[in-house]
Amino acid sequence: MIRLKRIVKYFHKGSVNEVFALNNIDLHLDAGDFVTVIGSNGAGKSTLQNCIAGGFFPDSGKIFISGQDVTGWPEFRRAGLISRVFQNPLLGTCPSATIEQNMALAILRGRTRGLARGVKSRDRDRFRDELQQLGLGLENRLLDKVGLLSGGQRQALTMLMATMIKPEVLLLDEHIAALDPKTAGQILGLTQEIVKGRKLTTLMITHNMKHAISLGNRLLMLHQGRVLLDLRGRDKENLTVKDLLEQFYTAQGEELVTDSLLLG
Amino acid sequence: MTLYAALGAVEHGMVYGIMVIGVYLTFRILDFPDLTVDGSLPLGAAISAVAITGGVNPYLSLLLALAGGFIAGMVTAILNTKFKILHLLASILTMIALYSINIRIMSGPNVALLGVNTVFDAVTGLGIPAHYAGLLIFGTFAGLVLGFIIWFMGTEIGQAILATGDNPQMIRSLGVNTDAVIILGVGLSNGLVALSGALVAQNQGAADVGMGIGTIVAGLASVIIGETVFGCQTMARAFIAALLGSIVYRLAIALALGLEFGGFRFNPSDLNLITAILVIGALITPNLKKRLIAR
Repeated sequence: MIRLKRIVKYFHKGSVNEVFALNNIDLHLDAGDFVTVIGSNGAGKSTLQNCIAGGFFPDSGKIFISGQDVTGWPEFRRAGLISRVFQNPLLGTCPSATIEQNMALAILRGRTRGLARGVKSRDRDRFRDELQQLGLGLENRLLDKVGLLSGGQRQALTMLMATMIKPEVLLLDEHIAALDPKTAGQILGLTQEIVKGRKLTTLMITHNMKHAISLGNRLLMLHQGRVLLDLRGRDKENLTVKDLLEQFYTAQGEELVTDSLLLG
Repeated sequence: MTLYAALGAVEHGMVYGIMVIGVYLTFRILDFPDLTVDGSLPLGAAISAVAITGGVNPYLSLLLALAGGFIAGMVTAILNTKFKILHLLASILTMIALYSINIRIMSGPNVALLGVNTVFDAVTGLGIPAHYAGLLIFGTFAGLVLGFIIWFMGTEIGQAILATGDNPQMIRSLGVNTDAVIILGVGLSNGLVALSGALVAQNQGAADVGMGIGTIVAGLASVIIGETVFGCQTMARAFIAALLGSIVYRLAIALALGLEFGGFRFNPSDLNLITAILVIGALITPNLKKRLIAR
């Protein structure tokens, strides 16, 4: 479904600020995989998603989505295959446009836009139905500007907009981290519902180890631009937060050992 | 202010209102402060004047002017999006380049439109007096442009323009090439500005290379006055407000120029000062209102 082959990315290459952001990443997600991604700050989680989405081009390596080589495609061209939800609820929607305008923008994801009406009356019923599933009462507020909504409402709307046209891959970048605990829980529930219901291949970044363990069928741990752990099936089901931390430190420790051996 | 002066101000407000609609598109919707307009207004005038004196139909000359302005806007937008030059700087570069280009087009600093057909002849030919002809023609064009832009902003492409100014990251991830949208939007904006310049030239009987000076200031002043006075809750209302703002701006200027305090009178050269004060007034009014209400 999605395959990364030996992806390498440096930032500020050749300067004192050089960062080795992605270090030979090899990754294959099967259709329907729901993968959680954890790792410390600067581990390369967001960089990995950005690389898949086309925010930048890798220095070397190839990216395939549904068998197509998209390595050289700009971000807007990949949009037909990829949906994203960001940590910042303000990034996913257009504040000065209405709810229905935002949804109308979203159902044209990856398609050529022409001179037809931006919001078509025949789509309104569908918008209302979809909004009703959120249970936030937004179905009665189609003409309200999105800037009037709360962060949680906007993030719920973003989740909906990201999935109204089924993407090949759904990228979630800490999409509940900026919300209060109750809202975060609601959005997380909604995420599970949508991902399961529509059988979406998903890559979800989180800092919450519990969520990383309880959600999805596969868990990746990144560290310094590499995949440190890749657990699935039984290994993941039996995982506890304590195990995960231990594994993390062990893996890190081993790395330190090998590094010091090499350097020594 | 005499009735004649007031009619003249409304007339100017409508023809420059077409320019203001263009400025609203870049300045407010695309969030792209664009100074190209100081060059594209006389560009439109120059193209139209040279075309008409060369025997081209005056209506066709308007289309040529529109196309010329569109290209000028595209140049600015390409400098910005493809070559990463700051939008303000990119537009200044195009603007000064246009100064030379306009003189080249006119083979001199101005072209007179005496004894040639203009778009006004169709109306004056019906026996309508010249000052009403201006009102009628400008009103028609301003209305057409207003209708077009409101329709266009409601289309799929128009909505993509709106989103590009509002949240470029979001609309890119929905598959819109934001560079192309900015090039289209800034092009369209300058096309309208050039159209406005072409109509002005046909009305005043000459195109002049200096007629664009201060276009952006007048445009911003009108936009801000329009927003303050008429509001901008919906897209359609915002564009109507921009056009009405232009009329109010011209009326205010005419009013100020007609004022007399004892022996003191404003000169036409005081126009820039008056404009600055008007804009400052329009900018601080909402703030002052809030403070007064808070007390």
